[in-house]
Amino acid sequence: MIEKERHVLVVFPHPDDEAFGVSGTIASHLKMGTGVTYACLTLGEMGRNLGNPPFATRESLPQIRKKELQAAADAMGLKDLRMMGLRDKTVEFEDDEKMVDMINALIEDVNPSLVITFYPDYCVHPDHEATARAVVRAVSRMDEADRPKLHCVAFANHTADELGEPDILNDVSEVQELKLNTMRAHISQTAWMLEDLEKRLAEKDPDAIQWVSQERFFNYRFDQGYH
Amino acid sequence: MKPVNLEDVQSLIDRFARKEVYIHLETTNGSYASHVDQNFFNAGAFIRNAKVEYELGKIIGDVPSRVGLKLGDLGWIYAQGITHYELDDKGRLLMAGHDHQGKLAVSLQISETPFE
Repeated sequence: MIEKERHVLVVFPHPDDEAFGVSGTIASHLKMGTGVTYACLTLGEMGRNLGNPPFATRESLPQIRKKELQAAADAMGLKDLRMMGLRDKTVEFEDDEKMVDMINALIEDVNPSLVITFYPDYCVHPDHEATARAVVRAVSRMDEADRPKLHCVAFANHTADELGEPDILNDVSEVQELKLNTMRAHISQTAWMLEDLEKRLAEKDPDAIQWVSQERFFNYRFDQGYH
Repeated sequence: MKPVNLEDVQSLIDRFARKEVYIHLETTNGSYASHVDQNFFNAGAFIRNAKVEYELGKIIGDVPSRVGLKLGDLGWIYAQGITHYELDDKGRLLMAGHDHQGKLAVSLQISETPFE
């Protein structure tokens, strides 16, 4: 059962980061009438999936992914989508304090009771890590009493060994079709993966069914030295 | 983008020679290469909007081809693995190497105006 929130703030660096592990949770909050803000830091300008034969170029990809991101927001029913204007692959090289300021401004603006991002040190892509560090720093600097809940997505290979099992399991089976539509909205990046996933779902593969019907988060533990 | 046609690409490279141009040069294995295969040594580089002037540029070899731009006595720009190209609607020469799965592995782009 997903708890009712005052407002939810989701922060990820790339269009489609929200689709795989969080779109069902976002759609569930929206269905309950809770406001959700999704801040997407870049447009995934450096994505590699351009096709062969190519359907896009390095220069046309950002506009394609911008449209896909908007379509993904529409698929989830999300109204407050914010594109933050950073560039793919460069997030970790931005000034760390400016990154924290950006997250602070978002938190001040939307006053969330729940923030969702990646789990620092367990999210593989350098842009994910830099985003997660900025969010964790911003939240950790708040008075403990004022802190929103911080739910983090972790998928590095060493996650289970070091963090154990996820603390929060959200059943999103009721909005599973919205979740699939969110993935479909990012078709330039997900076509291959969806072909495989939909085949496995048709075959009633239990892993595939679990993957689309349940979303997994860790409570951030504020013990990694990101202050 | 179209598959490389050596003659056509060569004439486009010639068109930008001896002019001040902006270069985007990139190689990549993707940020997940070492996540998918822990033995994979992931390396890549990109430079965006380097302002240069080349006196001579060539595309050579069967596709995937090599492109070299000679910067007078100063140095070189080089890319290997070029499979596709286009002159886009902003008059920029976009060259790229797409692998068998349709993933970009290398790109070399030349423009008279900065890339956004």
